[in-house]
Amino acid sequence: MGIRQTLDNLEPHFHKGGKYEKFYPLYEAVDTIFYSPPDVTKTTAHIRDGVDLKRIMITVWLCTFPAMFFGMWNAGWLANTAIANGYESMDGWREAILMLLAGGHDAGNVWSNFVLGATYFLPIYLVTFVVGGFWEVLFAVKRGHEVNEGFFVTSVLYALILPATTPLWQVALGITFGVVIGKEIFGGTGKNFLNPALTGRAFLYFAYPAQLSGDSIWVAADGYTGATPLSIAFQNGMADLSSEYSWWDAFLGFIPGSLGETSTLAILIGMVVLLWTKIASWRIILGVFVGMVATSLLFNLVGSDSNPMFAMPWYWHLVVGGFAFGMVFMATDPVSASMTNPGRLIFGILIGAMTVMIRVANPAFPEGIMLAILFANLFAPLIDHYFVQANIKRREKRTGAVAEETA
Amino acid sequence: MFEHYLSLFIAAVFVENMALAFFLGMCTFLAVSKKVSSAIGLGIAVIVVLTITVPVNNLILTYLLEEGALTWTGLEGAENIDLSFLGLLSYIGVIAALVQILEMFLDKYVPALYNALGVFLPLITVNCAILGGTLFMVERNYEFGESVIYGFGAGFGWALAIAALAGIREKLKYSDVPAGLQGLGVTFITVGLMSLGFMSFSGVQL
Repeated sequence: MGIRQTLDNLEPHFHKGGKYEKFYPLYEAVDTIFYSPPDVTKTTAHIRDGVDLKRIMITVWLCTFPAMFFGMWNAGWLANTAIANGYESMDGWREAILMLLAGGHDAGNVWSNFVLGATYFLPIYLVTFVVGGFWEVLFAVKRGHEVNEGFFVTSVLYALILPATTPLWQVALGITFGVVIGKEIFGGTGKNFLNPALTGRAFLYFAYPAQLSGDSIWVAADGYTGATPLSIAFQNGMADLSSEYSWWDAFLGFIPGSLGETSTLAILIGMVVLLWTKIASWRIILGVFVGMVATSLLFNLVGSDSNPMFAMPWYWHLVVGGFAFGMVFMATDPVSASMTNPGRLIFGILIGAMTVMIRVANPAFPEGIMLAILFANLFAPLIDHYFVQANIKRREKRTGAVAEETA
Repeated sequence: MFEHYLSLFIAAVFVENMALAFFLGMCTFLAVSKKVSSAIGLGIAVIVVLTITVPVNNLILTYLLEEGALTWTGLEGAENIDLSFLGLLSYIGVIAALVQILEMFLDKYVPALYNALGVFLPLITVNCAILGGTLFMVERNYEFGESVIYGFGAGFGWALAIAALAGIREKLKYSDVPAGLQGLGVTFITVGLMSLGFMSFSGVQL
């Protein structure tokens, strides 16, 4: 029990009157990473459950790993393929690391792809973690709340929805906005109303469209432009899309896109774990899926001569862009989603429908799910409000007792 | 025709949302959004007033103020008269008068709604979203049918936004906002973030 002893020895310094009294949240965070907190319930209302927020957050974090590792391979594979086709590689320290560890560009070599992808993903993740963590700890120390593992999830999700070529200073700026404005000014985890990772991503998207949208940002090779499947479909129609990529390519993830969103299969693996552990609400995921299918069928039915996106079938909507990633990891965020069970279904359907609407009707944004989730986050409290009120009314009718005004 | 009206309505509700895209009617938007029930009451009042005032002002513009609008009187030289410089004055007068009439009407015939709306009804007179609705109508040369749809859509979008804000603020009651930001400060930031969520519609061509 070396770690426990070290921690116990350090503990007095962090208590009131100790040397590092101010940094107690930091100590507490490290302590609870290794051990369960020793706190016990002191008053009535006992809930015994082996799962706490910390375990939930770590599970979600682990569930992103398939998508994360696949994303690293994919980013490297795309870049290596482009370089094999005659584009220049982006020189610099990434090249040096690649040469050192993998010996060169080779799209057929898993290790070479993986190392090259990792030189893009890991710096983004590291910057996200350090900068975001800095704000998190600063607020925790200043305001006296605990550093929460929710940040593990926010940081990894944020890093996974960025394109591989995002400049690192923008990564830092985006996570700063997401953590500070999206979460901390409301009091930290559980008190915000928007998903912080998406808030940061949306901020970057609107503030720096040149680096975060378009065709040249997805593949890390100099001068290479390659549209994502979504923009191919938007500009040239479904026929062009299916001649360039097969559905299985898109499902398995051999397509350009943001780091973690490309492989629907890897995301679904995470989803199975999340559903099995009941961390993600199946109602939300089902709602998003149903909303997407219904809306895309409606658009298929209406049809359009000028807009090829009308014709995109639902099984393509599922595998291109960030739909799967948003459905599994973003929409199910327990804080910013609806909290009543019927509300979750409606919340999900709203996201699914809005995603397809934005993809089809808005030429400015080829990707819809990010904005659709933010939009649905705005209405989640209102949806909840109505279900809670309906519940109160129903109980009143049943018992005849007049409940206290809760609104 | 139906399609045109539908897209006009959707654009008025979402793309050009009065509160979250143009930031009009902010004072009441911020002040009366603490509770969902009162926010919805105010929202309905705004819908009603906008749906009536925009078309009425449209009629006033077409038959009294525009250049040549007075031709129907048959007076000599009427087609050269241009009274549009009286626009602002007439519109706000019409709004005030209509709100007053509406208030008396509700008081007499629908007392339940009148009591529910309470002080919000007269307050609406000075809500800039209402005047804004009329001025957008003038600027975009809507005809009568369009102005009805536009008025209703703009009001509906504003009501939707204030209801969502009230829902969020009820939820935020439980959050732990830094002392300096409590109250209006954090509400401003909330509205800004809401507007970020509504940006998904910017650029939609209908």
